[in-house]
Amino acid sequence: MKHGYLIQRLIMFFVVIVLAATLNFIIPRLAPGDPVGAVLEELRARGASTGGDAEDEIVAAYRARFGLDQPIHIQYVSFLFNTLRFDLGYSISYYPQKVEQALLRSLPWTVGLLAISTLMSFAFGSFFGALMAWPRAPAAVNRFVPFFMILSAVPYYLLGLILVYIFAFVLRWLPLGGAYASGTVPELDLDFILDVIKHGILPALSILLTSVGFWALGMRGVMVTVLGEDYLTLAEAKGLPDRRIFFAYAMRNALLPQVTSLAIALGTVASGSVLVEVIFNYPGVGWLLYNALRSSDYYMVQGVAFFLILTVAVSVLIVDLIYPLLDPRIER
Amino acid sequence: MSQDIALEVNNLRVHYKTRTQDVKAVDDVSFKLYAGERLGVVGESGSGKTTLALALMRLHKAPASIEGGEAILDGRDLLKLDREEMRQTRWSKLSLIPQGSMNSLNPVIKIKHQMADAIEAHERGRTKSEISKRIWHLLGRVGLPESVAEMYPHELSGGMKQRVCIALAIILEPSVIIADEPTSALDVVVQRVVMQTLNDVQAQLNAAMIIIGHDMGLMAQSADRLAVMYAGKMVEVSPIDSFFKDPQHPYSKLLISSLPSPEERRELAGIPGSQPSLLDLPSGCAFHPRCPVAVEHCKQVVPPLRDFSGGRRAACHLVEEQAS
Repeated sequence: MKHGYLIQRLIMFFVVIVLAATLNFIIPRLAPGDPVGAVLEELRARGASTGGDAEDEIVAAYRARFGLDQPIHIQYVSFLFNTLRFDLGYSISYYPQKVEQALLRSLPWTVGLLAISTLMSFAFGSFFGALMAWPRAPAAVNRFVPFFMILSAVPYYLLGLILVYIFAFVLRWLPLGGAYASGTVPELDLDFILDVIKHGILPALSILLTSVGFWALGMRGVMVTVLGEDYLTLAEAKGLPDRRIFFAYAMRNALLPQVTSLAIALGTVASGSVLVEVIFNYPGVGWLLYNALRSSDYYMVQGVAFFLILTVAVSVLIVDLIYPLLDPRIER
Repeated sequence: MSQDIALEVNNLRVHYKTRTQDVKAVDDVSFKLYAGERLGVVGESGSGKTTLALALMRLHKAPASIEGGEAILDGRDLLKLDREEMRQTRWSKLSLIPQGSMNSLNPVIKIKHQMADAIEAHERGRTKSEISKRIWHLLGRVGLPESVAEMYPHELSGGMKQRVCIALAIILEPSVIIADEPTSALDVVVQRVVMQTLNDVQAQLNAAMIIIGHDMGLMAQSADRLAVMYAGKMVEVSPIDSFFKDPQHPYSKLLISSLPSPEERRELAGIPGSQPSLLDLPSGCAFHPRCPVAVEHCKQVVPPLRDFSGGRRAACHLVEEQAS
């Protein structure tokens, strides 16, 4: 891999992060008033007595404590610095916990559930889609096309509700929600792992089933184009075994646009899955965001938003770095 | 030229199946290809040249289908082999230099792997270093440096890609090479060099070669015999010298008179009209509406391809009378 390419990608990544942090800084400050005043207003509205003469002093003290008495550019620099150190401030509803602590606690659940089900969906969908376009595949494969089309049209939260109703509520085969049975202490033993898997099946299934059609149909489309390429005719003329043509010549090339979609899909996994986590009471980042919105935990919302931008940027960076290995033409 | 027959094609028919009727893209084509010879096949676009080439390798895609005939290579009819036998025959006996070599190489795989693929698919138990040596040797034979093996197709020029395709075609030393417009995407200078390379390696292997194209000048330089296709049929097959000196079929005559010649300055004659639609062929000889010498008989009876002196064959009712 060329160093220039690597450096260029890393600079791009850094610029995106700084821009995201800047937006995160500007947007709340566009609102009239300041946070301390807003809190006081809220207290007054609830009928709490405010300190009268002492009020101005208290306000000044709090402004000083949060650094709001500093000139705006100093505030900006220290905000950027904090953000880059991944210091996202205090959560209001979990005070004195910090936003990043709450995020890091939810992250493994989201990554475990969503990244794994998205990757599985990608792998299975792409393979199946490639088979659907392959002329020598079993005819039965193509009967799944309408099935995939319908599934990809169903919103995953709806399918999630249906799955919960059937398998958890009516049949009682699987738990209704949560990431593990309430009352158990998370530890790394077999029982706990099995419990986590049992709780993960339904949410994972709802994501997998609704997204697999997207990958399968997308792959089928690209594959049909690739199968018409001259290099496929030559591969066949060379007398290569079908398996070799399918994987190394057809699927290998058809996967390239799919991988780009995967980068975007992985990035939006966290934000896109809020509803799944809400339906299944799953303690991930989406669940955190949902609760933060409900309790007006601005710092938390801001923190999660920044974090989501970060996940998109990181997954795009990863794909950018992997892509030249998949497609040698991309570097130049 | 030895008279061993490398490939014998008899009454080959390839039809494109449409909802209403079968389009006869290759209609009752028979010819013999002798070991070591270069047979040029010329014809207008849509005359069935490429369909013929693909059908011989059984690479034609639906709606094309082989409706009859045989293609005998090494005593076996290619058209009757099962899928696995056909796979083994491809490339080891019968290789292809594709039309549009620009896109014929897999863009994401190194040249050496694309070449090694062909070896590994047909010969078991070759070691890596053995294969590498063979690839380097072949690249050298077509005038490319060994470093090309480590490159990807997008790093090569058009002429280099075409040479890679030539190297690829001879990798298993097949007895028949089909070159489908091997130089059509190249400029004239590169064309000449590539054609020279192709002719050299073919001669070294003593492989028979079918060169498909519509460049008569190129054919005159390279081919030993020339077959002319018109509307899915072969209308003339003659040794190259006699073809240019004394073409038999009226279509061949018109083709030659439409070529510029340095010896005489004259108005170039075209061939009036255009090739008929394969969906709606004229009765009798398909060429009769454009033929300057057609008689009533031509409109009714399809002329068979008949043998004449000097190894010439032509499909015209009037040839005998003129040749007298």
